[in-house]
Amino acid sequence: MSLLEIKNLTVAFDTSVGLFKAVDGIDIAVDNREVLAIVGESGSGKSVAMLATMGLLPATARVTADVMRFEGRDLLTMSDSEKRKIIGKDIAMIFQEPIASLNPCFTVGFQIGEVLDKHLGLKGRAAHNRAVELLQQVGIRDAEDKLKAFPHQMSGGQCQRVMIAMAISCNPKLLIADEPTTALDVTIQKQILDLLVGLQQQTGMGLIMITHDMGVVAETADRVIVQYKGHKMEEADVLSLFENPQSNYTRALLSALPENAVGDRLPTVSDMLFTAAPGVAQ
Amino acid sequence: MTTPVLEVRNLTRDYITSGGFLKPAKVLHAVKGVSFTLEKGKTLAVVGESGCGKSTLARMITLIDEATSGEILIDGIKANAAHVTRELRQKVQIVFQNPYGSLNPRQKIGDVLCEPLLLNTKLSSAERREKAMAMLTKVGLQPEHYNRYPHMFSGGQRQRIAIARALMLNPSFLVLDEPVSALDLSVQAQILNLLKDLQDEFGLTYVFISHDLSVVRYIADEVMVMYFGDVVEHRSRDAVFSAPEHEYTRTLFAATPQTDVEHIRARIARKQAAVV
Repeated sequence: MSLLEIKNLTVAFDTSVGLFKAVDGIDIAVDNREVLAIVGESGSGKSVAMLATMGLLPATARVTADVMRFEGRDLLTMSDSEKRKIIGKDIAMIFQEPIASLNPCFTVGFQIGEVLDKHLGLKGRAAHNRAVELLQQVGIRDAEDKLKAFPHQMSGGQCQRVMIAMAISCNPKLLIADEPTTALDVTIQKQILDLLVGLQQQTGMGLIMITHDMGVVAETADRVIVQYKGHKMEEADVLSLFENPQSNYTRALLSALPENAVGDRLPTVSDMLFTAAPGVAQ
Repeated sequence: MTTPVLEVRNLTRDYITSGGFLKPAKVLHAVKGVSFTLEKGKTLAVVGESGCGKSTLARMITLIDEATSGEILIDGIKANAAHVTRELRQKVQIVFQNPYGSLNPRQKIGDVLCEPLLLNTKLSSAERREKAMAMLTKVGLQPEHYNRYPHMFSGGQRQRIAIARALMLNPSFLVLDEPVSALDLSVQAQILNLLKDLQDEFGLTYVFISHDLSVVRYIADEVMVMYFGDVVEHRSRDAVFSAPEHEYTRTLFAATPQTDVEHIRARIARKQAAVV
């Protein structure tokens, strides 16, 4: 049984020109101890699919699915209060902009403490000790001092570490990382990716990496889903995806990587799709 | 020997943080004595992580910020950011990283493109309009985009507009400050191709600032690596990529994600070994 199992997920928004389907009939399954990467460009619906799972979309979104189960429990029929016990505890999420997703008005220690209090009922000394332990686990030196720091006093990489600390504070079974390193430099990106994969291997949680960066996929994933305009283009394990991509879109994405440049100009996704693949939905 | 398009001699920039009562002011050396020359038609890539001074350098050579000391020569003319003449302003232009922030949301695209001509030349409005239309097609947009507003365009199209604006005055060189890092992979490829096409057509010289080594490898002729305000390595692209000399350059290479199949296979093997 998969840890998270989603079948035929559709997310639609009402617009002035009718219903817009951001995600159109997508199946996603993740197991324990697995790193799944969801790749796509902006507008491919990769974030929306995960936000729908977390229940974080605004009320205007129409989410439908045949199956949406976490550890065999149905997320579709579950009441909101039951769902809140799972979301943030068993399923945690980290976002792209670490500085924007922390509250600038409170110290890091307060914000970690809030999670510990809400989900685990830890207070006072116990919460403090656990917060220090968490910061050490994500590789922040002088953790005691950093608990008193405000987000603006830390660098982007450190803020992302704090976000990861908050996300893993309740030992989640599934961690969803939405573009966790896009706002960071390559050297910091490497540290954060190593940290995430290291934690995943230690704790055996499932990890979903949402990204548009093929490099990040190559460095972290076990299995990959390629998404384009709300549709799943391809699903494969990471090696076969890079070695022998099946869909034209994946092939186009891979050949648009500057390191794969043959000759003087890069092939772009649009010339590949419109010359080679009449079947791809536009 | 021809005059280089850009010559920089021992350029420095210090920032002084305001001190307070009992708290002495601190001096931050953002750029420490950078010198280089750039020939016409070449692309120099400046690489480094955030805070290494690469954007400060960009602002100084585009004459936005004054240098603390040192000299900048553009086409052999000594430049001073405090008094930028029209002639010099026409020679150097910049494209910024975020095309969402660098275009005025209340200005039509046509006005965006005509403004540099209005400020720096004596062309009539009909001539300005004609030039702007021609430039729109050059960068891969349509003449009917002339009367639209920035919010009607995607990120890639906006970056094309920003490039078009920078080219309106036929500059000698163009500073590109992370022009593709906010863009999707496929759009990134289109913009990189556009930059190469324009370089071939107009013989443009680029100073390309980036932290993405795979992009740099694709576009640059020379690579300059900066680390805490110093240039630690400045050689031809092939030399830097085949045998990086400085410790920091090697760290950067090691941190860059690799997408070749052998590398992925090795990673998976390592992971399986760790599990067993």
